[in-house]
Amino acid sequence: MAAADIPDGSYVNLGIGIPELVARSVPAGRQLIFHTENGLLGVGPPPAEGNEDPELINAGKKPVTAIPGAAYFHHADSFAMIRGGHIDVCVLGAMQVSETGDLANWSTGEPDAIPAVGGAMDLVAGVKTILVLTEHTTRDGEPKLLRTCTFPLTGVGVVSRVYTNLAVADATPRGFVARALAPGLSLADVQRWTGAPLADGRSTTGRAP
Amino acid sequence: MIDKRVGSPAAAVADIRDGATVMIGGFGEAGSPIELIHALIDRGARGLTVISNNTGSGRVGLAALIAAGRVARVVCSYPRTANSTVFPALYRSGGIALELVPQGTLAERIRAGGAGIPAFFTPSGVGTVLAEGKEVREFGGRRYVLEHALRADFALVRADRADAYGNLTFSKTARNFGPIMCMAAACAVVQARDVGDPGHIDPEAVVTPGVFVRRVVQVARPAQESRLVREGAVYP
Repeated sequence: MAAADIPDGSYVNLGIGIPELVARSVPAGRQLIFHTENGLLGVGPPPAEGNEDPELINAGKKPVTAIPGAAYFHHADSFAMIRGGHIDVCVLGAMQVSETGDLANWSTGEPDAIPAVGGAMDLVAGVKTILVLTEHTTRDGEPKLLRTCTFPLTGVGVVSRVYTNLAVADATPRGFVARALAPGLSLADVQRWTGAPLADGRSTTGRAP
Repeated sequence: MIDKRVGSPAAAVADIRDGATVMIGGFGEAGSPIELIHALIDRGARGLTVISNNTGSGRVGLAALIAAGRVARVVCSYPRTANSTVFPALYRSGGIALELVPQGTLAERIRAGGAGIPAFFTPSGVGTVLAEGKEVREFGGRRYVLEHALRADFALVRADRADAYGNLTFSKTARNFGPIMCMAAACAVVQARDVGDPGHIDPEAVVTPGVFVRRVVQVARPAQESRLVREGAVYP
């Protein structure tokens, strides 16, 4: 669904993990160019087994391929693309999202954790549209969509829309607005798993606008 | 006569002294100058500050340098990776200091250091713990945090091709921090797969111009870090 919402011709950065699935779901007839912050525009599908190149990897350090027309560049240029607003869409995972679009996705803040931030703070500060793709709750059933994040922030007011297994919701200055629900679920069902008020913003067709 | 070629990794790092600040290229194993790092371990310099995106994996390369107790402090964006155990254990025991930097800010601080820009304002990290204690200023209604340039005494970088003047090309995503680290170090030391005379590289294809490079050493068949890690190799 996230893939279907990204306009044709967009330059897109995909976070590590679930967001990588977006590349497999691009609708027919639409072209997205994928950027990886370690220096490649035009990321292709994973290589066939045995064809991996340790010098051709994505930000998750997994082997990838480069499409015809791809370009390599150094890290300062790569983050100039990000910070300079040249990348249209970034799809990221989340630990927590607040109703006004604050994102926490790099640290639980536990004292013995090894802090590691990577490029997440630059991506949310610079990319024009930030989409979050995540499970609606944690493995323990705790809501990830909250009034305010309790974990250390990646960025303030940066998330546009959240896609979960239960719903699609926009983060707005007035809080979360549901745009679509998973089949068979009511707004009340989804509200029960959400840690902030969820307004009904579904269009009459029930599809995300 | 300018000829920046040196005969061995050992000769290329022979003057790295205790307490030096060393930038080390690479994003994971891609572009990691593993032979130069191993030569630095052999050299024995201690109390190093290392500026690198990661902290290595297994017990080879950068992880081995840290395991050998040579590194006092790292400046880094992502100090844990698959098979990264040396740094986390040492960090938890208080044996090494960490300055955590968003990856794009790390890259820009290095680029600025090489370009004669002492500091700059960036939107990355504003409103987060990584901006705490730093100056924040508003431009055009948006808030930016002041970040300072990074420079180093040495950079250890892996390139693909090089010539005697220090002109470089890189291989795919192994380019990553290499070009900007060459710019930001007083002495950039490069290991390259293929090293030749001036004219070896088409001027239109040069990625890092030789003015940024001090030494070039040929390592025709560099070790592959992930393979060494899989085999359980330990350096030295």
